[in-house]
Amino acid sequence: MKNFALLIKTLDSTNKTTVKVQALTDYFLKANDEDKVWTIAVLSHRRPPRPVNTTLLRTWASESANIPLWLFEESYHIVGDLAETIALVIPAADQSSDKSLTTFLQEMIALKKKTDEDKKAYLYKNWEMLNYYERFVFTKLITGGFRIGVSQKLMTRALAKATEIDEDILAYKLMGNWDPNTISFQQLVLEENESDYLSKPYPFYLAYAIEGEAADLGDINDWFAEHKWDGIRSQVILRNDDLFVWSRGEELVTDKYPEFEKFVGIIPNGTVIDGEILPFPNETIGTFNDLQTRIGRKNVTPALLKKVPVILKAYDILEWEGEDIRKSPFIERREILEKLFKDVAEDSRSEATERSRNDIPLHQSETMHFNSWDELAQERDRAREMHSEGLMLKRKDSPYLVGRKKGDWWKWKVDPLTIDAVLTYAMRGHGRRSNLFTDYTFALWKDNEEGEKELVTFAKAYSGLTDAEFRKLDAWIKKNTLERFGPVRSVTPHHVFEIAFEGIALSKRHKSGIATRFPRMLRWRKDKNIHEANTLEDLKGLIPSHE
Amino acid sequence: MKTPLLQFTSNGIYCKKAQVYLDPWKPVDHAIISHGHADHSRYGHKKYITHHRNVPIILHRLGEINVTGKEWGETFIINNVTFSLHPAGHIIGSSQIRVEHKGEVWVFTGDYKTENDGISTPYEPIKCDTFITECTFGLPAFKWTPQAEVLENINNWWAENKAEGKTSILFGYSLGKAQRLLKYLNTDIGEIYTHGAIENMTEVLRPLVDFPKTTLITKETKKEQLLGNIVLAPPSAHGSTWIRKMVPYVTASASGWMTFRGARRRRAIDKGFVLSDHCDWTGLLQSIEATGAEKVICTHGYADIFSKYLREQGYDARTEATQYGEEETETALASKSTAAV
Repeated sequence: MKNFALLIKTLDSTNKTTVKVQALTDYFLKANDEDKVWTIAVLSHRRPPRPVNTTLLRTWASESANIPLWLFEESYHIVGDLAETIALVIPAADQSSDKSLTTFLQEMIALKKKTDEDKKAYLYKNWEMLNYYERFVFTKLITGGFRIGVSQKLMTRALAKATEIDEDILAYKLMGNWDPNTISFQQLVLEENESDYLSKPYPFYLAYAIEGEAADLGDINDWFAEHKWDGIRSQVILRNDDLFVWSRGEELVTDKYPEFEKFVGIIPNGTVIDGEILPFPNETIGTFNDLQTRIGRKNVTPALLKKVPVILKAYDILEWEGEDIRKSPFIERREILEKLFKDVAEDSRSEATERSRNDIPLHQSETMHFNSWDELAQERDRAREMHSEGLMLKRKDSPYLVGRKKGDWWKWKVDPLTIDAVLTYAMRGHGRRSNLFTDYTFALWKDNEEGEKELVTFAKAYSGLTDAEFRKLDAWIKKNTLERFGPVRSVTPHHVFEIAFEGIALSKRHKSGIATRFPRMLRWRKDKNIHEANTLEDLKGLIPSHE
Repeated sequence: MKTPLLQFTSNGIYCKKAQVYLDPWKPVDHAIISHGHADHSRYGHKKYITHHRNVPIILHRLGEINVTGKEWGETFIINNVTFSLHPAGHIIGSSQIRVEHKGEVWVFTGDYKTENDGISTPYEPIKCDTFITECTFGLPAFKWTPQAEVLENINNWWAENKAEGKTSILFGYSLGKAQRLLKYLNTDIGEIYTHGAIENMTEVLRPLVDFPKTTLITKETKKEQLLGNIVLAPPSAHGSTWIRKMVPYVTASASGWMTFRGARRRRAIDKGFVLSDHCDWTGLLQSIEATGAEKVICTHGYADIFSKYLREQGYDARTEATQYGEEETETALASKSTAAV
């Protein structure tokens, strides 16, 4: 634990990536194998289940610090991180623990099953004994969500340096389902073990947004275009008559999309498809809002399956006949994918079952070829009509890379929809935005029953402003607060912002009756007063007419 | 109801009986000034009264003004109201202002800290009936480590950077923090370079305190000269081209706000040292207790939260809005333009 806390302290004491990677590398070279596995797990968001709920944690921490609970809560809103707040308010201790990181984590796993009394005693003992950083790390391990400015990518890079194993290969090994409590460092990192790979997805290749003009990409004949679908990026794996569906967040979501069970026996074993899970109500592509009703549901009811069925819009194939084909050019991978589609279609036709082609929820994301960049731009303008977010441009000879890389793939989104709205509520941010009001709620005008104009909340946004603008607005909010509701403050309606968003749909879950997709602040309209902001009717006017 | 001895008006804290303002934020005739930070000593008053150690500071900052310097504890009577200044320990020349009329005593702290920093006259608790206190760090999350330990860490940090052939850049307010740091930097490690704003203020204070030698960074200063040495700069210089020319360097900030990990990360500073010229949570509570005051008025900082806690502890506590605190807030830091070198 000492070394791990020291590592976190070092990572915390620098703003430079090279120094962070070096600190992690040094740690991986020194730490014992068990601690290494747990460190990898913790830094790749594989924390053990939370042994104590945060309500109890907050109550006990305020008791241990001898302050009223409300004062602890206020401090937490300002500090912006629960573990950090606990480490700060409890009186200083200067001991450190010789117990290893692994021992602590095993204790925490065991703690889950203990009585509240035992849990409390365990926490008190460690809080009162450990020094600030160890106490912070200890509590952070309990609360989970170990975000400390080290991405999984940085961690993988450091591990690659320490083990001299290629970074991309390591990224692959660390994917998928593994249990830090049972796997050894040897098995996880060093060994080649075929059977472990059964469910493993490949690291996703991610595109950057295009910079400047699409035409700057050179000869249009070198490029394919596809629509950029707005669903859940996923990999669908078929191996050994088993199906695995992974989301981009490395979450195994097979059970959430039972529709895809139909792939087994139709798509051959040794196939990995990269595509987008899309809602497909009434045989047409739905909105992301439709998909929201499926995300996060543990139990998918037959009614929901019927109301919002999903399809896989496939655009790439990473493994074929058991071979990793990511290095083959995109154009060849697409040929294989298209052949697969043809086979699936024929299979399902020839089979003497009632299955028709439409029953297999596998759709192809068509690649399009254009003769000029102008033609391509025209297709992009059709994006909303196609229910896409814009276009993806993929170089025909591009391999399938690991992570976010520039050069071969670009996303070229449609310009967002925009509306001018009034700032009405603000909340403090977290992490590097702690103690700063950076999370805002925006409202539009609406005529109420008495025919008076009132502001109706329609979206929350917390990105799009510069640090300097956030600071200015933060100072203004502190001086213009009307009411406080815990961490939230209502403010005098005064500031107008141009809010941009990707999509829009009617929604019963929203007070305004409208859901916007990925709203963010495009501009601070200091030139406008609140009466010049848009109305809810204006917003409704942006909903595509066929909905 | 009788008029309170001190009132909170749109111009500032006002003693009607004496027709005097304490740290007013709008131009007035008579002002008693607690200390030299810009949010407490503003332009445009006709007469200033302050501690004599603050006189050179405000003359430097405000130019030609009509100012009278007082000793600690020296009483001066205006319209039967007795005023005196008492050390606040915040920065050099910083005072609490004691106001007495017919046996009723009010104390206004301005800004203060309880730890003796070795360059400001140490804080003394003053018995009073009503205590007007700042509470910049009025949350239990703020707990200061003794200065000696923090300063040792700062010197160690400098030595480590030197060993790596890098320039150390340390940010601190040009009045107060910069001199406190300067006083204790270990000149065996290397030389101390300064930003213009800090050099000028330090020059003003040299007759009052013995400081190590500093060298002003000018256009002629080569970045090779700086390698291994330390540069003292105001927070507003962070991210400026002035700093960028000094590569390779490592940055650090010395401030109470460095308690929060997020605050350091947000500013993109490498290292944060928690060193404040204000009271921490315990310091605030202990000072209030030591004054024996029954009434407490909380001004700038986490005033709502802090006064609620005081009420729970049995004090008659409330908050009053002032225009103090800008000196130390992020907004003020961000908006202050980088001083020319």
